[in-house]
Amino acid sequence: MFQYVFSRLLWLIPTILAMALVTFLVMHATPGSPLDPVAEGANPLSPEGQKALAKYYGLDKPLYEQFWIFVTKAMRGDFGYSFVYKTRTVAEILRETFPISLFLGSMALVLAVVGGLTLGILAAVYQNRGWDYVSVSLATVGVALPNFVLAVFLIILFSFIIPLFPTGGWDSPRDWVLPTVTLALAPMGIIARFTRASMLEVIRADYTLTARAKGLSEAPVIFKHALKNALIPVVTLLGPLFAAVGTGSFFVESIFRVPGMGRFFVLSMTGRDYPMIMAVVLTYGVFLAVMNLVVDLAYGALDPRIRY
Amino acid sequence: MARSTPGSGINPGGGLRPSSLSEGASTAPSDASPSDGWAGQSPASKVEQSRARGTSLWRDGVRRLRRNRLAVAGGVVIVLLCLIAIFADVLMPLPYTKTNFGRLNEAPSRDYPLGTDQLGRDLLSRMIYGARISMLVGLLSQVIIVSIGVPIGAVSGYLGGRADLFITRFIDVMYAFPRLLFVILVMSMLGAGLFNIFIAIGLTGWVGIARQTRAQVLALKEKEFVDAARGLGAGFSRLLGRHILPNALTPLVVAVTFGIPEAIFTEAALSFIGVGINPPTPSWGQMVGEGQQFIRSYWHLCVFPSIAIAITMLAFTFFGDGVRDALDPKLK
Repeated sequence: MFQYVFSRLLWLIPTILAMALVTFLVMHATPGSPLDPVAEGANPLSPEGQKALAKYYGLDKPLYEQFWIFVTKAMRGDFGYSFVYKTRTVAEILRETFPISLFLGSMALVLAVVGGLTLGILAAVYQNRGWDYVSVSLATVGVALPNFVLAVFLIILFSFIIPLFPTGGWDSPRDWVLPTVTLALAPMGIIARFTRASMLEVIRADYTLTARAKGLSEAPVIFKHALKNALIPVVTLLGPLFAAVGTGSFFVESIFRVPGMGRFFVLSMTGRDYPMIMAVVLTYGVFLAVMNLVVDLAYGALDPRIRY
Repeated sequence: MARSTPGSGINPGGGLRPSSLSEGASTAPSDASPSDGWAGQSPASKVEQSRARGTSLWRDGVRRLRRNRLAVAGGVVIVLLCLIAIFADVLMPLPYTKTNFGRLNEAPSRDYPLGTDQLGRDLLSRMIYGARISMLVGLLSQVIIVSIGVPIGAVSGYLGGRADLFITRFIDVMYAFPRLLFVILVMSMLGAGLFNIFIAIGLTGWVGIARQTRAQVLALKEKEFVDAARGLGAGFSRLLGRHILPNALTPLVVAVTFGIPEAIFTEAALSFIGVGINPPTPSWGQMVGEGQQFIRSYWHLCVFPSIAIAITMLAFTFFGDGVRDALDPKLK
């Protein structure tokens, strides 16, 4: 077990390095540069000025050297100054915005897991009856629709037609509702689908029949005997779902004006803010990789048949 | 192959038989001619039987797809969308670039059934043209993804060894990337434009299908009928193209069916951010992205394109679900 965790953690290093390298190469291999006047937020500069800036930011060095400098600094958590927000370091910006995104993401994930499991269980228990249709259609809509489209519909429904929630902002818990729901619907749909399928399988299994035969009432049969086994395939889903919530947050954050990290997603990329791009990509990458590891470990804990 | 179904390109009879009839695979090689798999020389009755069973998966699939009402509805909507995309030029009431600065941001009216946008352009015309963009991206990108992913996956799975290890490692790294993040990265570096969208989706999308192809090839290459074909002297490309890939087709068809809405979604998301289609070419995603900023004052700007995206995505999802269920032999 310990060995497994250790080797998985070791594997993180080359994976993250490769990710950094790919991002770095994509940034530098494509035409254009952050000093280019066409880039968003850049000023037209004289050639001398450009040279001086390039030297200041170390962009005049050969690529391999730049990459090496980046790696050594990034290991100490130093990503340098942002090219676009010139007075602030990338680490500073991320420290301020990442917690907000993380908070939004966690709320969405909790809602997705709780809602998805509930819908899935209801659908399986009442197969081909009302609840099943409700949960299946909700799941389909959640999975099929892009979250910015969902956001538009939710705003129209719950801000205009029934004015319950504000259309944006991040000041009071009331502001949290719509972004969280928007972000949660897709993963909720996926979880509900998988829970339903796996519950249906488990409910028909012999041990469920045994549990019923020994006179248990419905609730313990479902929750104690069926659900625990049905959860196993669902847990594997969580890894990819973290990714969905993470990348989805950009759209949700921009529509609902949430001051999270998602905003920097695109701003940094279109502005060719090299240090920011690297930091954002790596933050997501590390976060996802760690979450995948956690999910794999949880999987082992739930299913005693799995040994590492 | 003389007996292959005309127009199908692959031979379902030869291709699908082994999976449904394993004892047939082991007896067949003995009486097969070297030039032609093993279906060629078997007794006529057996050929008839195998062909009936073979084609029946596809025919059966179509039959079951037709019985699935949601899938049929999805299919009808897809056909309609394709027609709109093809005849967009004729269907547009006004050119999508025609501005009318006297009537900006107007709500739906008789002159403009869906209203006008910030530049006084007819929203309906722009949405009709947007269908063409969406469909083009959805379908063409799959062609690109398949033509990159399938060969790489097939070669990787078939050759094994170091090449396979290298490719799978690379695929793993690509998988670790949040995909949309990578597409956005590539797009913002390349610049907006339809052509670049194909490059970005192609660069990132082949991974999934390559992985699936590899898994299929890995499983199939150990099968007896492949051994038999190899024993009869079939070469690398014939083994892959004639014997292995046709059997791997079902999951790939399903993957492509689900890949189309994903590509449409990707384009919409990119254009929403502003790194997708170049204006003035309309794209639904871009219309939602621009319109949602004015959702309080001009709801129609983002609601109609949102509905268009929603309908398209749902249609492809229902159709895709139907195709998957129809081709799943376990659900018979």
